Amino acid sequence: MSAHQPLIDVHDLERTFVVRRKVAGRRRRTREHVVAVHDLTFSVEAGEMVGYIGANGAGKSTTIKMLTGILVPTGGHVRVAGLDPSRDRVKLARRIGVVFGQRSTLWWDLPLRDSFELLQKMYRIPLPRYRENLERYVELLDLSAQLDTPVRQLSLGQRMRGDITAALLHDPEVLYLDEPTIGLDVVSKGRLREFLRSLNTERGTTLILTTHDLQDIEALCDRVIVIDQGTSVYDGSLAGLHVQGGSTRTLVVDLVDEAAPIDVVGATVRKVEGPRQWLSFPSESSAAPIVAAVAASYDVADLSIQEPEIEEVIRDLYARGRRS
Amino acid sequence: MVEHVGTYGHIAWLWIRAAWQYPTSFVLLAVGNGLITGLDFVGLWIMFSHLERLAGFSLHEVALLYGSASLALGIADTVIGSVERIGTYIRTGRLDQMLTKPVPLLVQVCADQFTLRRLGRITQAAVVFGWACTYVEWTPLRAIVALSMILSGAVVFFGLFVGFSSIQFWTIDATEFANAFTYGGATVTQYPLSIFPKEVLVALTFVIPVAFVNWYPCLYLLGRTDPAGMPEAFQFVSPLAAVLSVALALLVWRSGVRHYTSTGS
Repeated sequence: MSAHQPLIDVHDLERTFVVRRKVAGRRRRTREHVVAVHDLTFSVEAGEMVGYIGANGAGKSTTIKMLTGILVPTGGHVRVAGLDPSRDRVKLARRIGVVFGQRSTLWWDLPLRDSFELLQKMYRIPLPRYRENLERYVELLDLSAQLDTPVRQLSLGQRMRGDITAALLHDPEVLYLDEPTIGLDVVSKGRLREFLRSLNTERGTTLILTTHDLQDIEALCDRVIVIDQGTSVYDGSLAGLHVQGGSTRTLVVDLVDEAAPIDVVGATVRKVEGPRQWLSFPSESSAAPIVAAVAASYDVADLSIQEPEIEEVIRDLYARGRRS
Repeated sequence: MVEHVGTYGHIAWLWIRAAWQYPTSFVLLAVGNGLITGLDFVGLWIMFSHLERLAGFSLHEVALLYGSASLALGIADTVIGSVERIGTYIRTGRLDQMLTKPVPLLVQVCADQFTLRRLGRITQAAVVFGWACTYVEWTPLRAIVALSMILSGAVVFFGLFVGFSSIQFWTIDATEFANAFTYGGATVTQYPLSIFPKEVLVALTFVIPVAFVNWYPCLYLLGRTDPAGMPEAFQFVSPLAAVLSVALALLVWRSGVRHYTSTGS
């Protein structure tokens, strides 16, 4: 038997909910089974940074709740750090960190420092380690001026950094981040991403990120799991997602004069507007030969390349998944 | 168990410290709380100015009943903290966050927002109880029964509040129904239970065991025979009632948490 066990191991995971619904004309409410997650299988090795993405209601939070032990699965198998999350919830809690982007885990009326101190007690973090971690994260996340401010007076960005510090004080092996950059400005987003990347490389913390912000994914995750209608429809690299999603790059050509649609090998004209033309070509191929071919046969005033939007890629992927 | 009490203490202490950042507001709240509950007893006092005895009990005897129950309730109420608001915690998602912390949920919920605002009630109850105690003819056994009465009473109330609050894991609509038992139970203990028909007394002994909070042990402290003719042994078994009600409450709580984690609502 192999001794190796991935940090997170999910196999045929299933979760159904019983929903009671009132139906017009019937006295009693009817019970309906709603499948939130089904046939979900994936594993995550220690030190990975995984983007877990999907539309609202696709089953993201349900999965995270099962991984953290808040929700008991109705079927299948789930192990995190060798533990059964719902059965060993309290034990697992010491080894994981959870940040819910839209809800703070901090104590609203207490100064940030007190919230951290409370966590030191709850997790029984040895004092030297606690002080070292606090100092480190407060400096890295630039929170030293806010330590004595009650949480309710913090800005959204400060609060988020406070929440992340709170989730890291006990040196978790896995950090679950649910929409960590939601509502933050561009600069704060950038700084936070930089911090998370360094956390992963320096401490080896595994990151599981659910987000709507695909720039988060692009900046942080080598691997993406796309969930749709309760099950995984894609698991692999971000580049691969482009290929599988059949996404295309676009070459925008401004000609000197109006002309008939450009005819070059490897690209198709999608739109013509006066002297400007839009040419699509597959994401995985190089733009160079196409640009060369266009420049050789036409008088070009300007050129630019548009990268595909991941939103579109994922939308295409969903559409395919449903058709097949 | 001991470590959980320790964690509870740490959390509670932080909340007390936080409250002290606004000392005036804290003092006003505590004093106000004491005055409001103090009016309860003034009410009893006024009643006795028109009436020699209530169901055969004099003012200082009723004060003993009132003081001990009120003291036990005050202690329990301070310790259980936010448990009654468990439904709100579920709705706001705070419960989910608590479930990701390595501390049992009940400890976290009870310690959350810990406040000493009930200190006013406890002080007021202690004064009334102390005054009533000066009329008791003390023996060593009576002193032990008195002490165990207050502690067991607090534990019985703790069990009642935790048990009935757990209903919110299944349905939030039942809060009023639960209040009838918890606060209702607390209110009846302020009077001699002999004013009620025997059926009610039986219910208050075996179903909602608030009769053990003060009624039975007080009968012993006052050297009275039970007007309802219940077994004399009941006057000594308050600790047992406390253990049973808290054990039952913890069972209900646990299955409530299990229901929550298996339904997510």
